[in-house]
Order: sequence, then C-alpha cells, then structure tokens
Amino acid sequence: MSLTAYHKMQLYGALLLLPAAVLLTTFAYLPTITTVINSLFLPGFRGAPTEFVGLENYQVLFDDPTFWKVARNNLIYAVGTIPTSIALALCMALFVNGKLRGRGVVRMAYFTPTILPMIAAANIWMFFYAPQIGLFNQLLGILGFSGVNWLGDPSVALGSVIAMSVWKEAGFFMIFYLAALQSMPPELKEASDLEGTSRWSFFWRITFPLLMPTTLFVLINALINAVRVVDHLFILTKGGPNNATNLLLYYVYENAFSFFDGTTAATITVVILLVLAVVATLKFTILDRRTHYQ
Amino acid sequence: MKSMTPYAPRARFVSIPSLETVAAWLLAIIWIFPLLYAFWAAFHPSEFMVNFELFAPLTLENFANAWSQAPFARYYLNTFALVTGVVIGQFVVCTLAAFAFARFPIPGKNVLFMLVLIQLFVFPEVLIVENYRIASELGLINTITGIGLPYVASALGIFLLRQTFKTIPRELEDAARIEGCNWLEILWKVYVPLAKPTYLAYGLVSISHHWNNFIWPLVVTNSVESRPLTVGLGVFSAPETGVNWATVSAATLLSIAPLLVAFLLFQRQFVQSFLRAGIR
Repeated sequence: MSLTAYHKMQLYGALLLLPAAVLLTTFAYLPTITTVINSLFLPGFRGAPTEFVGLENYQVLFDDPTFWKVARNNLIYAVGTIPTSIALALCMALFVNGKLRGRGVVRMAYFTPTILPMIAAANIWMFFYAPQIGLFNQLLGILGFSGVNWLGDPSVALGSVIAMSVWKEAGFFMIFYLAALQSMPPELKEASDLEGTSRWSFFWRITFPLLMPTTLFVLINALINAVRVVDHLFILTKGGPNNATNLLLYYVYENAFSFFDGTTAATITVVILLVLAVVATLKFTILDRRTHYQ
Repeated sequence: MKSMTPYAPRARFVSIPSLETVAAWLLAIIWIFPLLYAFWAAFHPSEFMVNFELFAPLTLENFANAWSQAPFARYYLNTFALVTGVVIGQFVVCTLAAFAFARFPIPGKNVLFMLVLIQLFVFPEVLIVENYRIASELGLINTITGIGLPYVASALGIFLLRQTFKTIPRELEDAARIEGCNWLEILWKVYVPLAKPTYLAYGLVSISHHWNNFIWPLVVTNSVESRPLTVGLGVFSAPETGVNWATVSAATLLSIAPLLVAFLLFQRQFVQSFLRAGIR
C-alpha cells in the first residue's frame, strides 16, 4: 500500500510533534493525572495495597485549620501584591513615558529587580527585615522607635513578604504598560489638548480604558505568580511564624518533603490546579476576546 | 522617534522639577536602593553594614570568604550547563513541534494545541511531588538533566515559534521546494533564519528564567555536583547557617552578577524579549 502525499504529511507532522508530546506527557499530563488519582487514595500501611477513599482526603484537608490558614494567606498575598504592583507599574510606566530627566536611569531602576532571582532578592531584603541588625530596625532605632519584628511577628510577617514581592514584580509589569502607552496614537493627546481636557480626566477617560487589555494581561500573570512563586519563603520565613506566611505551594513542598505526606501534598496540589484552571479559563475567555480591540 | 527629541530650548534658567519628576525619581531611588545596599554591604567590612560612612574602607574580603566557604565555581559551572542545555533542548523540541503545528495537517490539531497551552499554567514546579517521583524513576535525581528536562517541551516556546512560522509566506517554502529541499531543509533554511528575532527573545527569557529558577532544582538536587547557583546560594545563606552577612551579600552578588551585567549591557534586548514573549 502506498501512502498518499497527504498521509505522508500527516505522518511527518506527527513525527515532528513526537519529542514534545513525549516530554509533555511525562512531565505535565501524566503527573497531573497521577496527582488527581493520588488525592483519591490512601497509601496502605506496610506494603498493603492502596485504598480508594473517594473524596475523604479532601474532607480531611478541609477540616484542617492549617490548610484554611494557608489558603487564606495565599488570598491575602494575592490581594496584597496584585493591585499594588499593578498600580505602581502603571505609575512607573506613566513616569517613564513622559518627558523626564534621566528617563533611562529611572526605567532601569524600576526594571532591575525583575531580573534578579527571587532567592537573591529575599537575601537582600533579609538585611532590611532582620530583628537586631536589620536596616529597618536600625533606622527606627535612630529615630527613637522600638524595632518591629518584621518576619517574626505573625501580624506583620505576611505584610513584609508582600512588600518584597511588590518590589520584585512591579517593574516587570511596567514594561507591558510602557509598550502599550507607546503604541497609543498621539492624536488622542493632541485632540484632548485642543479640547482643553485636564490630564487627570484624559488619563481616566482615555488612557486607562485603552490600557484595559494590558491590565487584564498583567492581572493574569500576577495571579499565576501569586500561586507559583514561593522561593522567597525559603529564605525569609519558611512559612512561619506558626504558618503566618505559609502559601499553598510551599505547604505542598512541606507536606511532601518535610512531613512525607504525599497524599495531603497531592490533595493540595489538586486545589492549586483548580485555581490555575480558573485563571486559565479567565485568560482564554476574557483576555483573548478583549485583546482584539488593541 | 519621540524619545529622540531634545529638551525644549526654553529651559534657559534652572527650572524647578515638577512634582511628577520628584515622585518618579523618589520611586526610582527606593526601587534601586536594595540592590545598592547589597553592593555597599558586599564591598565593605561587616562593621559598616548599617554605618554609612562615605569613606569607609573598601574590601574584597567578603567575596574571597564567600568563594572559599562554598563551591561557587562548581555552582557556576552547573548553572551554565543547565541554562545551555535547557535552551538548546527547547530550541530543538519547540522548533519541531511549532513547525508541525504551523504547517502540517495533523488530525485534531487545535485540540492538541490547546493541550500544549495547558502547560502555560501547569508548570513542572506545581506538580513537584509527582515530577520528583518520575524523575527518580528515570534516574534523574541529582542530575542537571533532571533539573532541565521537565522544561524542555515549553508551551511558551512552541506557541511563540508557531506564531512566527505562521507569518512566513508560503511562497518562500515553495521556492525552496523547487530547489529540491526536503522538509527538514526547508525548516532549517527558510523558517529558522526568518524566526531569529523570536529565538533571541525566547532565548533571553528562558535564560533568565532558568538562571533564576529555584524550587524544582532545590527538590531534584541534593549535592554540590548538580546544584545550580540559586540553590547553592539558598543553602549557603539560609539564616540558620549563621554565615556573616557581608559574606552573604557578596555571595548574592556573585550569583546574580553574570545575569545583571548581561542585562545592563543588553537592556533593550532584554526588555524587548520580555515584551515579545509576554504579548502574544
């Protein structure tokens, strides 16, 4: 039997896809499926076969106050970092887009934290936050205030972690706003100048609405990062004190590699996957539809 | 264009900077301060950590200490090997897959492509537990391959290259075929050269991502032989190890230096790359 040219093309295409398909199956699809399966089973003791328990692991997880604390932390972390870094990013972009002396230097200052590893950023911020020798407390001491235990006080620690994340992230979002601002037709500004529109209302009525696709794009990225990036916790707090700064992915890590509780780790991972699924849906529906206006 | 216009000539006398300029500069100073502070701490003896004297003696001792207390040379080597390997692997695998998606009649292509895009959200580090198990079944624990392999089939790479390949006119491909090129030659001589800007952008994004990546390398490695810089730095500077702070800041600068220098030299390319990889 001889293959038609069309079938040959199909075969060829499949072969081209093969390496990526094998790798994606091994490190993305298969682990996703086994994670879901593991979350439905309990491992048997002493070599006994695993036991199907349905949603019992979820029941246990949802009865665990620590899980809710961590989930709540992650929510606070997202709410604390995302709007602040987006607002700052927009300010930065507006600053750098205007006529500003030393614009290149300013832009570089804003963007540089972005290219540092989270671990390095955390190390640097540790110098600020450390209880006795930390810079913040030394400065407070000079001003005559007593020091704050930035990372050790459960009511302050999460805020300290949030502040560092905002610093790390805002410059990255700035570049997207900057690109969007630079692609805006200058006629808009000229027309509004002729009309005598104030800068304030020009921003709120023209610039900000036109930046909406960028804001949505940045928002999606920020949401993903809020779930995905926990590197700084390894240096700053290790999730403590008493889980006050623990985030979901770090909790997965702890369960898997410190408590050796793979089942709980799998169950929390499924929760994370569900959150990411919501974010993905948000991206593929709202964002991809909206960007056509750009 | 706009950025090239010189300052208006009517600024004859020194003008008072506007509120906006002050705010912009203030924010810039706050933003760069942590990094400047790390430089200060690294280049001065530790008693000047919070003692800002303009003429405090400069020293390289902290760097010497860091270098001798942890195998940074080995970490550098590991990170270089990791980043090089990952980027080459990604280029090959993603090019082939992107070519298939752009030009070949594969049944169920759109569904398959959506499946690939899932990886934009489900990263190897989210599936850390299962990926660890798979890596150990494949004998990849504590190897540089183990750190890099899960990232080789990158959805972002496939996506960006597919978009680029789709914009390349078919006429070029037909011309090459008349010249007698087979599919792989067409890919290599027509598509790849025309996608160079995409490779550059994606390459830079990927380099910075893998230079900085932490949690998966931390989990999958357990010895000096395979640890990349980030993990080495994390182990070295964990607060409980009680390492001197000036040494920690020197170590921190050591591990970010190559990327930081590259960024300062090629700022525009970096920023363009992040933009290109982000706006899809």
